[in-house]
Amino acid sequence: MNPMKMGTGLVTLAAAFMVAASAGAAEVAPDAVAFTDDGVSASLTGQAGDPAAGAKTFKDRKLGNCLACHANKKMEGELFHGNVGPALDGVADRWSTAELRAIVVNSKQVFGEETVMPGFYSLKVGLNPREDLVGKTILSAQEVEDVVAYLATLKE
Amino acid sequence: MKINAGKGPLDPFPADRSWEGNHVKKTILMMGAALGLAMAAGVTVLKADPIDAKLEIDGKPMVTRTKAPEGHPFDEVMSGWLFREPETRSLEEDPFENPGMLSVEEGEQIWNTVEGTAGKSCATCHGDASESMKGISAHYPKWDAEAKRPINIELQINKCRKDKMGAEPYAFDKGGQKPLTAYIKNQSLGEPVSIDLSQGDMQAWWDKGKEEYYTRTGQLDLSCASCHEVNMGKMIRADHLSQGQVNGFPTYRLKSGLTSVHNRFRGCIRDTRAEMPKAFSDELMALEVYVTWRGTGLSVETPAVRQ
Ligand code: HEC
Ligand code: HEC
Repeated sequence: MNPMKMGTGLVTLAAAFMVAASAGAAEVAPDAVAFTDDGVSASLTGQAGDPAAGAKTFKDRKLGNCLACHANKKMEGELFHGNVGPALDGVADRWSTAELRAIVVNSKQVFGEETVMPGFYSLKVGLNPREDLVGKTILSAQEVEDVVAYLATLKE
Repeated sequence: MKINAGKGPLDPFPADRSWEGNHVKKTILMMGAALGLAMAAGVTVLKADPIDAKLEIDGKPMVTRTKAPEGHPFDEVMSGWLFREPETRSLEEDPFENPGMLSVEEGEQIWNTVEGTAGKSCATCHGDASESMKGISAHYPKWDAEAKRPINIELQINKCRKDKMGAEPYAFDKGGQKPLTAYIKNQSLGEPVSIDLSQGDMQAWWDKGKEEYYTRTGQLDLSCASCHEVNMGKMIRADHLSQGQVNGFPTYRLKSGLTSVHNRFRGCIRDTRAEMPKAFSDELMALEVYVTWRGTGLSVETPAVRQ
């Protein structure tokens, strides 16, 4: 599907497909992610994530920056791990892949509105987002899938 | 740790409490894992308690912990000094080592320099700052009846420059604004912070500032409280989260030198990936009123040393 050819006057539709257009694949738009009792079962991109790419996204300060809040023994080489959130060692023993995907996409759907963990694939953001980030998610759909694939390797 | 299965119309896991039970179980497991990690060697999770130490500057004891005023979310108000590394703390203890004192000296020169069409310096009207400015800045922001809004030291300086000296007001962080503010505040070293909310509409500005403090901003959707209240004492990467107090401003930051309070506010807001309000805007003045109140009773530490 080439979303650029959809020529729609619907702003929401256009916005929803913008992300897909950049990745060139059929992606689930941020506001169309289906949360169920099991979490988010289907891959956002229809493809499996790459755990090695996910590890990079996880530690990159400009991308996931997950280490800002979470410690991770498997990343001992990285200086400074935060403890705003729980350590992620063995996280895949505690949560299914679908649950992990739900947490990364929009943690508020799992932990409640009060959580300080950002929703990495959500458009429900705070007041006055930086102008160049309006309508954009923190991570792309594929980056989320990569991070989820990486989290799935964190077993004890 | 909060356990919240979510509420409201968007709740994907509504009446079904099994999810919550599930999470409780997982939470217990998780806490076990976290403890395990804390004891394992290798990963750097820095020690995260505020230090139990006393701060003295020039033989003057500083209040770095005190009982919080009524209505405060914490029982105890704590200076950012208690959250810093030993080397940073010791730099502040010794005025000869505190790099911020160079700016204070620069501020003293500005204090005595004639500028503007009226041919006056600050000293022309106020004389010796060590007497005339002693204790003054511990009570700012203050209500300005003429401007009908609160003003801080920076804006008070600009008022004097414009009205009394016939000089251009300083642009934000420019000219002598930072060193002169540091010099004036340094005259209140050790004085407990206390602002008068009964003046003018100060209370309304406090209310507005409080609302801002709890409003989540930016793509990361974080409020001041997310970091400085909910996670006070925790590590966010290499940073030890303090209560975000303003009693040490302008502070000397090892990364970036003398830093004004509105610059710090703007930086924290930028870090939530939000648009930054302008310095001295109503938003930031309201925030300064409220955040200053949150530090009631702490000693003025200007120029504090921070990382
Ligand atoms: C600003 C802080 C912050 C950031 C950044 C952050 N998290 Fe979290 N995370 C939390 C908190 C806090 C919790 C615990 C839930 C709660 O109390 O709200 C959590 C919980 C989790 C959990 C569940 C852990 C468990 O053991 O139950 C996972 C998985 C997780 N986060 C993954 C991530 C990933 C992956 C990233 C980066 C893409 C990330 N987090 C970034 C704060 C953060
Ligand atoms: C993403 C986390 C985060 C958010 C949100 C945040 N801050 Fe900060 N803030 C920090 C960090 C990290 C520091 C440096 C360490 C410290 O002193 O806590 C800091 C420092 C400060 C300081 C300096 C404290 C001192 O002793 O010198 C002040 C004042 C401050 N913040 C105020 C605010 C205000 C007001 C807001 C909301 C507009 C805010 N912060 C939002 C992370 C944050």
